[in-house]
Amino acid sequence: MVRAASGALSLCGGGTRGVAFGAGEVLETSSLSGIRLYEPGALTLVAGAGTPVAEVEAVLAAQRQRLAFEVPDMRGVLGRGGVSTLGGVVAVNACGPRRVQVGSARDHLIGVRFVDGRGTVVKSGGRVMKNVTGLDLVKLMAGSHGTLGVISEVAFKLQSMPETEMTLRTQVPLAEGLGLLRQALGSPFEVSGAAFGRFGALLRIEGMEASVRYRAQALQDFLGGDWAEVAGRTLWAIVRDGGGLGEGALWRVSCKPTAAEAVVEALHGVEHEATFDWGGGLIWIAVRGVADGGASVIRGALAGVGHATLLRGSGAAVFHPEPPGVAALSRALRAKFDPRAVLNAGIFDQGARG
Amino acid sequence: MDMPLPDQAVLSAHARITGRLRGILPADAVISDPTETRAYECDALTAYRCAPLAVVLPRSTAEVSAVLRLCSELGVKVVPRGSGTSLAGGAFPTADCVVLGVARMNGVIETDYENRFIRVQTGRTNLAVTGAVEADGWFYAPDPSSQLACAIAGNIAMNSGGAHCLKYGVTTNNLLGVTMVLMSGEVVEIGGPWNDAPGLDLLGVICGSEGQLGVVTEAYLRILPKPEGARPVLMGFASNEVAGACVADIIRAGLLPVAIEFMDRPCIRACEDFAKAGYPDCEALLIVEVEGSDPEIDAQLARIKEIALRHDPVAYRESGSEEESRKIWLGRKSAFGAMGSIADYMCLDGTIPVSELPYVLRRIGEMSAAVGLSVANVFHAGDGNMHPLILYNANEPGQLETCERLGADILKLCVEVGGCLTGEHGVGVEKRDLMHVQFNAADLEAQLRVKDVFDPGWLLNPAKVFPLDVTASRRAG
Repeated sequence: MVRAASGALSLCGGGTRGVAFGAGEVLETSSLSGIRLYEPGALTLVAGAGTPVAEVEAVLAAQRQRLAFEVPDMRGVLGRGGVSTLGGVVAVNACGPRRVQVGSARDHLIGVRFVDGRGTVVKSGGRVMKNVTGLDLVKLMAGSHGTLGVISEVAFKLQSMPETEMTLRTQVPLAEGLGLLRQALGSPFEVSGAAFGRFGALLRIEGMEASVRYRAQALQDFLGGDWAEVAGRTLWAIVRDGGGLGEGALWRVSCKPTAAEAVVEALHGVEHEATFDWGGGLIWIAVRGVADGGASVIRGALAGVGHATLLRGSGAAVFHPEPPGVAALSRALRAKFDPRAVLNAGIFDQGARG
Repeated sequence: MDMPLPDQAVLSAHARITGRLRGILPADAVISDPTETRAYECDALTAYRCAPLAVVLPRSTAEVSAVLRLCSELGVKVVPRGSGTSLAGGAFPTADCVVLGVARMNGVIETDYENRFIRVQTGRTNLAVTGAVEADGWFYAPDPSSQLACAIAGNIAMNSGGAHCLKYGVTTNNLLGVTMVLMSGEVVEIGGPWNDAPGLDLLGVICGSEGQLGVVTEAYLRILPKPEGARPVLMGFASNEVAGACVADIIRAGLLPVAIEFMDRPCIRACEDFAKAGYPDCEALLIVEVEGSDPEIDAQLARIKEIALRHDPVAYRESGSEEESRKIWLGRKSAFGAMGSIADYMCLDGTIPVSELPYVLRRIGEMSAAVGLSVANVFHAGDGNMHPLILYNANEPGQLETCERLGADILKLCVEVGGCLTGEHGVGVEKRDLMHVQFNAADLEAQLRVKDVFDPGWLLNPAKVFPLDVTASRRAG
């Protein structure tokens, strides 16, 4: 289909999380569905790119395993329906709160097969956990938003589910809360979630029962203050799925954790709301009542300390501008993989959908 | 192993090229005397040697940039080099190349515990990165066996792993950003002390690119708080199959040891003779290490012991002290030295699905018997990354060739069962010609196109990674 395409193609998995779509005929990957190999003893899974995430998660859960990077469900904040697919997860390099401990989709993706813009089938990586054979196109495909190829098959390494998890919460002001989160991430107690929002400051610990109990106590002793154990599942889902923020332009900011406060402070005087994850390394920000969605202020505050993607709203470029040297390399790579510019063409240059 | 014929025009312009290099670098940064360039004729893959045209040892990104700009202008090939510890010939020179060593660029630029990163110049050794933060209770996780000597530049080039990457991942999972000089001399900053890229993940393709795309001079690395403690346990089994089954059960049980190391009988014997670590006399041995506070370690090891006992271990020894931990690791860590003391050896690095372990070990045994060379196996069992060591005698005519053939056959076997040619050492020149086994023409072409973007003149680290037949037309251009 790619080879025969006479015009542009807009790539789409389940259409639940893409932040930018190309013009042209829609190419859906939902028929490339199904788990092709699942080896619980080797912690590996190979599946078609169109396989629903929910199907995979159910199969893994039956063996008490999971995709460690936590797949967000963005349908709520993006106002979408549809069925999230593995290919879409890879295309946007999705991840959740556990990013601080285990990385994002790209860190768990061990193999990929795709059809490039010429219509050629290419594979990279494989189904083993350690592989440095040849250039790592697996990483390049993760987060490429469908601009380098149509992903047809993916292989992931998996993680065993922990015996138990515990969430600790304290109600403190922003600056103090973020400081505590950074301190917790710098402790040896293996925090797997560190978030702040209108629900307070949250820390998550996972593992064997006895170990979780021990670390929860050790963390509280280490941090001081007033922490309480709370039911965490719903709270972490809010943090994971876009921060639970209401109307307005929605931003996903990735920054140096210590810069988080200043980024939000820069919006002083503008109606906004923020939820922080990764100890401040990730900020979901909803901005209301500004023509550019707050782009100039947010991106200005991020110079040299991070980048921001506009997930929802209009009036600004979706993707953070890259330094000229990096942008030139990225452009040249896209031209090599998709010389006719048919795959989600131009999305890295376009503004947000209205 | 074939290498392309050296460029005669470059060889005959030797004096002019070194003269130009001296014009842009301090006098002590350019080496062209043949008695001195010989020190750079090989890396840790010592079977292949070739002295370069010249060696440059710049002290800054600006100097690296000046060298690459000049070499681009003159059409001279450049072989980047960290500490020269590659087992795959990743820094193997050609006669017509300039070796660019980053060893003198070894400083720490910034340490930031609140944001959990360190920024270093890439000539710094792996262990010295941890050394810079250790006193404050932090460490840099990837720990290749050569960590005392190997440079971060080489770790990034090869996407190095180590014994503890089962829990902490390999270099690519711990690299946040780089300053890289392209062959044109252009300096690009990619990534930084934050997560993920706003556009394409260039960092992901640069890590592990074996010096094909650029010279990385500075890096932001993730550092982690040190665990409260660690403790290894040693277990011996009656067969490789049983040890392999035990590994699978530990993984299935959801335990996450930081390391699961495997040694087979020939390896256990050699290590025991060499290091006297007190290893049991058995067919297969596992070293499993867990981390945490004492009570946490106790709880994990209780579970591991329960699993191990189901497989009738012939030995089970939990470390009770620092000294005992040291002894348990002693044999494993001296495995390569032990082999080196009894023979010349070639160290392979294929990865296989963990479930194929018993079959692959049996096949290696048969293949080794068929050609009459012994193979000792030591490897990271948790992730299926094998290191078969083929023992041979370099002084006996034909043995190196037999060893190379056996090595190639073992790696083909790894690919056949669903694995790959190299798990952490890289392709280099060593496995270059085997790439066809794992990749078809279209797979390779996609990789070559990435190289085209970063190094259009194909001057960086020539004749590595990609089979010569697929790169011929590009190299000629």
